Amino acid sequence: MRRLLFFLPFAVFGAVAGFGLWALTSGRDPNAFDSPVVGRDLPALALEPLADLPLLQTGEIGGGVQVVNVFASWCVPCVAEHPVLVSIAESGVPVHGIAYQDAPEDTLAFLDEHGNPYASVGRDAGRQVLELGLSGVPETFLVVDGAVAYHAAGPILGAPGDAFLAALDAAR
Amino acid sequence: MRAAILALLLMAAPAWAATEPDEVLADPALEARARQLGTELRCVVCAGESIESSSAGVARDLRLLVRERLVAGDTDDEALDYVVARYGEGVLLRPRFGGHTLALWLMPAGLLVLGGVGAATALRRRGRGTGRALSAEEAEEVERLR
Repeated sequence: MRRLLFFLPFAVFGAVAGFGLWALTSGRDPNAFDSPVVGRDLPALALEPLADLPLLQTGEIGGGVQVVNVFASWCVPCVAEHPVLVSIAESGVPVHGIAYQDAPEDTLAFLDEHGNPYASVGRDAGRQVLELGLSGVPETFLVVDGAVAYHAAGPILGAPGDAFLAALDAAR
Repeated sequence: MRAAILALLLMAAPAWAATEPDEVLADPALEARARQLGTELRCVVCAGESIESSSAGVARDLRLLVRERLVAGDTDDEALDYVVARYGEGVLLRPRFGGHTLALWLMPAGLLVLGGVGAATALRRRGRGTGRALSAEEAEEVERLR
């Protein structure tokens, strides 16, 4: 018993070091937020139309695999991820856009300049997107048969091993 | 002098709240509740700050959302639940007590008890001494030193 006690400091050190090793190597992001919307139906948002583009009706988005992307013309990472959204749309998966706190003419100019991958678009001039648990732009949602299957916060840059693209591939 | 310091402090008060004038509710009681709730909700992009003290866009949106819920008649808990349903429990700066947070809440008290038991055992053992009588040589040495 007494001798076992001498090993106690080593055991404590081992436990602390083990926790540190786990924290460093598990890939867990302590700042990441849960996204309760994942697994639920995509909520119905009252979005406003953008010029004469087809209006996104999130409440009745329909079946199959689809992508909903929240973007803004003033958002620099949105420019960076735009080509990836274009290629997703070209591969046959419908991509829909929500323009977040953006002037309509700025959004239209953005789509003119970078191309419009969106099958339908809606404008959120208010706080509708908080329903999705949005923390900023860009954010992208994978929707399978009307339910959110994956929530990517931040740009999708198409790097190998991208978690969103892997989820998209798995869904189709 | 004291009055001047107090006046300065009162004037500086808005400096640590990011709430902008156009967000403030007309009803002071509701506004006070909204500010209290704002200090309990974490800003989702700045993590270490409450939405009450953050000037990030989404923090402002969340402040407005909380006010909207309060005006709609939500209690404080209902308003918090509303945000938690959309952002997860991570938005609460004070984690809820439950099975998944048991370790978090009980660890400090547990460690205190463990340390206390350890310290008490060590102290008692030290107080007891070796419990052995002095040998003849030792007794002689004691006599000599006297």
